[in-house]
Amino acid sequence: MYLNSIFTNPERLERLLDIAQSSFLPLLEGAIQYTIPLTLISFTIGLILATLTALARISTVKFFQIIARIYVSIIRGTPLLVQLSILFYGLPTVGITLEPFTAAILGFSLNVGAYASEVIRAAILSIPKGQWEAANTIGMSYSQALKRIILPQASRVSIPPLSNTFISLVKDTSLASFILVTEMFRRAQEIAAFNYEFLLLYSQAGLLYWIFCFLLSLVQGRLENRFDRYVSKA
Amino acid sequence: MIAINNLHKSFGDLEVLKGIDLNVEKGQAVVVIGPSGSGKTTFLRCLNILETPTAGTVAIDGHMADFSKSLPKKQIMEFRKQSAMVFQHYNLFPHMTALENVMEGPVTVQKIDRAEARAKAEELLTKVGLKEKMNEYPFQLSGGQQQRVGIARALALEPKVMLFDEPTSALDPELVGEVLQVMKELALEGMTMVVVTHEMRFAKGVADEVLFMDAGRIIERGTPQQIFDHPKEERTKQFLNLIQNADTI
Ligand SMILES: Nc1ncnc2c1ncn2[C@@H]1O[C@H](COP(=O)(O)OP(=O)(O)OP(=O)(O)O)[C@@H](O)[C@H]1O
Ligand SMILES: [Mg+2]
Repeated sequence: MYLNSIFTNPERLERLLDIAQSSFLPLLEGAIQYTIPLTLISFTIGLILATLTALARISTVKFFQIIARIYVSIIRGTPLLVQLSILFYGLPTVGITLEPFTAAILGFSLNVGAYASEVIRAAILSIPKGQWEAANTIGMSYSQALKRIILPQASRVSIPPLSNTFISLVKDTSLASFILVTEMFRRAQEIAAFNYEFLLLYSQAGLLYWIFCFLLSLVQGRLENRFDRYVSKA
Repeated sequence: MIAINNLHKSFGDLEVLKGIDLNVEKGQAVVVIGPSGSGKTTFLRCLNILETPTAGTVAIDGHMADFSKSLPKKQIMEFRKQSAMVFQHYNLFPHMTALENVMEGPVTVQKIDRAEARAKAEELLTKVGLKEKMNEYPFQLSGGQQQRVGIARALALEPKVMLFDEPTSALDPELVGEVLQVMKELALEGMTMVVVTHEMRFAKGVADEVLFMDAGRIIERGTPQQIFDHPKEERTKQFLNLIQNADTI
């Protein structure tokens, strides 16, 4: 048995520690080179996309509403792995070839855009109508009211659900391994394929994901505190 | 200053304003009274185009809006600048301090230099008695203080006309006076204002004219003495009885 062998065989334990140590840097490198940039870039593009989609959903123009609905429905109704496969393996058959990293950015951004748009839409709708009216009465245009009055308040409401989206995204980037992006999980796969220590390497990768997500939840707490400075603590 | 001609407003099948005509001279304070649902709020909101009237014309200080045609956005924005609204529930921006609330219009809309806008906002807040509270967020202020910030915010844009929709009706009784005092000073300085309120003392002391509105029409108008002490219309009498009785219960 695996556990048994660790405790009865000191050489085996030593080998495992060696491997853990030597694979730590490659894993971290995968994270720094791909996992983290993939997350940050996709989340940024995704949020812009999400805001535009949310605005389209609440606009009075039927055409925008319909486009936004279809987009959200398609993305939410199909598996991420299928979307990535279409972008990377499917598109080349119609002459569009994407780099693995580009395909991944595109796929994750589209995903964040769809999921976060619902969060942002709900947050915008939760701001009382009186705020729009107050903005109008001091002469603001729609875009000024949105930028100065509505979105700053909506962001406060959306921090917890958007943090969820962000943390899911960190973990979802492991799916990019499937389209040949050598992010953290793919590094773990590659190393394990070489030395057969699957349990060790996958656990190590898992631990790193967990640490990232834990750090993020700390950031979330700080952000919430910052935004809460203008609401009554009562 | 304000010339309103045959103003109509419907929400779907519900006709709320059934042809309002009114002229307000520069520097006049007009108080509007009337039963709940008679259309007072809607009337004020139409003057600031927070609701778009269905028909009629309104001219404020020479800026004319004809609502029988659909107006371009630009013209609506320009027209809106002539007046500013003070809301029943204040509607302050909760994420901005009192000072930032007042500066917001001048800075974002009028593109006035921040330092200049700040000086002006400080002056206005001092005027409404909130010099000490400038850097507080709305949640840290009492209702009366919030409403005074609301008034300062509206004044910051130097509107020709101030519109007040029951500015004291959400306030605890002991806070009503401080807000009415600010409004009274404004009136004395010659601000043209249209005020929906049931504060009789304010109406008697400050108003040049009182309008009684019922079911979307102006039923009776006159000086405060005429309306409160010698109402002619039966409905005006009934209404005044109702609010006076409520006061004595
Ligand atoms: N946005 C709206 N959509 C549909 N109906 C509305 C809308 N706003 C107001 N109404 C209706 O118009 C009528 C007049 O409302 P309004 O708020 O102007 O009355 P009011 O005189 O201000 O009453 P109160 O003294 O209670 O404030 C009411 O019957 C109300 O239900
Ligand atoms: Mg009302």
